[in-house]
Amino acid sequence: MLEVRQLTRSFGDFSLQNISFTVERGDYFVILGLSGAGKSLLLELLAGLELPDSGQILLNGKDITREKIQRRPFGLVFQDLAIFPHLSVRANIAYSLNKREGKATAGQEKLTAITRDLGIRHLLDRRPETLSGGELQRVALARVLVHDPEILLLDEPLASIDVSLKAGIRSLLRKLHRNGQTIIHVTHDEEEAVSLAGKIAVIQDGAIIQQGTPGEVFSKPGSPFVARFAGHPNFFTPRLEADPESGKPLVRLSNALTINIPPTMLRGKICLIIDPAAIRLFAEKPPAGENVFQAMIREIYPSRQGLEILLDAGIPLLVKYPDAKLPEGIVREGDTVWAMIAGNGILCYQD
Amino acid sequence: MGSTSAGIKDLCLTIALMALSVRKYSGFDLLIIFLSGLVLLFIVAPLLGMLLRTTPGQLFEVSGKPEVMHSIVLTLGVSFSATLVFAVAAVPFAYFLARRTFHGRRLVNGLVDLPIVIPHTAAGIAMLGFISRESVTGKAASLLGLELVGRPAGIALAMAFVSLPFLINAARDGFASVPVRYEKAALNLGASPFRVFITIALPLAWKQILSGLVLMFARGMSEFGAVVIVAYHPMVTPVLVYEWFGAYGLRYARPAAVLFMLIALAFFIVLRLLTHRRHHA
Repeated sequence: MLEVRQLTRSFGDFSLQNISFTVERGDYFVILGLSGAGKSLLLELLAGLELPDSGQILLNGKDITREKIQRRPFGLVFQDLAIFPHLSVRANIAYSLNKREGKATAGQEKLTAITRDLGIRHLLDRRPETLSGGELQRVALARVLVHDPEILLLDEPLASIDVSLKAGIRSLLRKLHRNGQTIIHVTHDEEEAVSLAGKIAVIQDGAIIQQGTPGEVFSKPGSPFVARFAGHPNFFTPRLEADPESGKPLVRLSNALTINIPPTMLRGKICLIIDPAAIRLFAEKPPAGENVFQAMIREIYPSRQGLEILLDAGIPLLVKYPDAKLPEGIVREGDTVWAMIAGNGILCYQD
Repeated sequence: MGSTSAGIKDLCLTIALMALSVRKYSGFDLLIIFLSGLVLLFIVAPLLGMLLRTTPGQLFEVSGKPEVMHSIVLTLGVSFSATLVFAVAAVPFAYFLARRTFHGRRLVNGLVDLPIVIPHTAAGIAMLGFISRESVTGKAASLLGLELVGRPAGIALAMAFVSLPFLINAARDGFASVPVRYEKAALNLGASPFRVFITIALPLAWKQILSGLVLMFARGMSEFGAVVIVAYHPMVTPVLVYEWFGAYGLRYARPAAVLFMLIALAFFIVLRLLTHRRHHA
């Protein structure tokens, strides 16, 4: 079990602050964040390539915060792979085997098994510069796996790979994980995170802002940043109020827009998600219904699933029309229209 | 004045345009080619002149003299040994300089360059004081049964003193050009720092280190100033050429100088080819 406590490290004008998380044996832990968020630095701290200013790294209860790189049982696959350019593929993969191990049958069998699993046995006698990006990625993976890492650290392992090859590497990683390998994987790609992670930590500006299972993180994001990753464009953190007349709960998103909330036990500041497909537009004011408001059409543009319309209701709101067919009378950007939010399109929860 | 310079400008422009219309060179290109030619000529002309004034018969005759061949063998051998022996410490030192940041690193880098900038006779005087029988070093060496002054070992020290910077600088630049990531990747795979040095840093910086070794060797064997003070005898070839020049004049010294130059050149070319091939292997 890996326990990271309050890890802090400044690096020029950038810093990682109070990073804490726990990775259980056999976990697939994904650290999700934009580039420059400090993900690679975090892996380097774990592997010992850099040392933290403060904080602790505990592995199975033992403090390894200042342990030498070569003594840590972590296998790091660098983002740029760092395949040794002067060695053959075989020598690269066998690097961690010492002379005795390399000659012994056990070492050779291990090398054979791993390269067979990764589908790179036929590349063993090649030079690294003759390999494609996907092949190099698998060589780098094989090289650390031969060393039997207790925890595999992957830095954007799919970033430099052709889309057509990504699925293959992903299923490879899932297979490794199924075989019991503990993996910490950093990425900027939420799809990658969802498809692989058992647990996710979202990192922003050097701090972890949310962590949990992909389900928890993506269905109930705690910040606009996570919400954007989770694919919720209409995410707000308003304060819950009571309607002065009816006493029903409502939130004020802007001067022009107050929204009635389904009856709830929540109070104070809440997280509010409005499903873009639950907002319908009308040229005339609809006869009746809750949460009807006026807004201006800022932009209309096609997307992979139909049309997307950006509304200005004092705050920006995204509307999706999956069938790409707008109601009659709504055609132009700049028009003022009526909008209605269906009750089941509003999700609110406490962070 | 203004009109003159304008006239010259016009002339230059005309020449440049003519040149352009004939070949695809700009006026500036032609200027650079002209200047480059001058510099090359300056390097090649004296050597070629010396070579052309020496007949094959003279060369043959001088190479038959035992003292000449002895001095050439001595010079090459001592410089070669000095280079190899000092490389054992200088290459790790260069690695240290390339990889570690510490207080006074700039000072240390400056110290390394010192032998290049001080007069070589001064270096010789300093070295003689350092190894003389009265010095601590000299006493220690003679306790071990090693005589330094007037011996090949002393010559080797003098050669090394003036030529070490070339090896250290080349090796340091070589190590600095190796991405640290490779070394960290190797450490991450459980290798010891020593193994990382031997299997990653050294092979990846090898080309520059080898060219540093060649430079040090070449610089050491051509050394006169420092060596002549430490050991007039046994005579290295630069000292021999100087003595013949002083005693018998230019004509007599020239064939020996040419022979030494040709042998040194042959050595140099072979080593350069070797470093080249190594890199592309």
